[in-house]
Amino acid sequence: MSEVHPPEWRDAGKPPPGDMAAWVAAAKGGDRQAFDEIVRATSADTYALALRLTANEEDARDVVQEAYLRAWRGVKKFRGDASFTTWLYRITANCAATQLGKRARHRHEDLDDMGAELPDLHPDTDPEMRAEASVLRGRVSEALEALPPRLRAVVVLRDVYDLPHDAIAAELGITEAAAKVRLHRARVRLRSQLFPTRGERGEEDAHAV
Amino acid sequence: MRCEDLNDQLAGVIDGSAVLDRRTSRHVESCLRCQAELAQYRRLLRSLRQLRDEPVSVPRDLSALIAARLDGTAPTSPWTRRVAYAGALAATAAGAAGAIALLSTRNRRLRLAS
Repeated sequence: MSEVHPPEWRDAGKPPPGDMAAWVAAAKGGDRQAFDEIVRATSADTYALALRLTANEEDARDVVQEAYLRAWRGVKKFRGDASFTTWLYRITANCAATQLGKRARHRHEDLDDMGAELPDLHPDTDPEMRAEASVLRGRVSEALEALPPRLRAVVVLRDVYDLPHDAIAAELGITEAAAKVRLHRARVRLRSQLFPTRGERGEEDAHAV
Repeated sequence: MRCEDLNDQLAGVIDGSAVLDRRTSRHVESCLRCQAELAQYRRLLRSLRQLRDEPVSVPRDLSALIAARLDGTAPTSPWTRRVAYAGALAATAAGAAGAIALLSTRNRRLRLAS
């Protein structure tokens, strides 16, 4: 594999758009310039994932840098049995889990209890009747940010980024069964936040009095 | 059967990550409340899947930050590796020399004291 030559675009001076396979092959052979092309092509998506996982811009920047560092160090081991993007997402998920663990230890917070203070998502409006899909997406985004990090990580990786359960479990260092429990718990919280039933609304009203 | 007890299961049914037993399935099929919740979970899942395409404001200097982090750690340049290796060796040697100097000074002092 170290025999792989840089893609032809290097001679032409500019790369053809999206030639990921060639860049990956060259990067596996140690071509840093090819890896920089991968960074340019994928860093916005990777940052979006990191931001959704950490819900914090500073953390997301750190996570992305660490993820590409690990990817560069490990690119030779990339076997190509999943897409490169999926491989990168898995590394990012792992880095985000580490980062969130560090933060929690620093603040002495329990990751499962964080985010108990939920933002006001206007439970008095009926989204099924009134909200447009884009409005709902905005509210889903807010509700995601308010989730405890451990629940948020699983639902973001599974439902937003479509990573398989076993990959999520592996990167977060938990069992597949635990990953599913967290996923369902996260969805329950999101649903009751976005579509509060009469009883749930009543409870909120009672707390407000 | 209480609908509240099915919450976690309904949250998993929508994508097959949870499977209902026959008795629960029969209940859900005939329960308006559970059906309404299922519809909400499906809407939630649709919105979550669409989130991936929502634009996110990315820091302008992101690529540069990543490149800077990668610089100096590049495993590709044998020259960089050799320099780093020589540097590490020099540091170790200097550290060892320092330790020996300290030890010999301490020994001298001990000898003088005795």
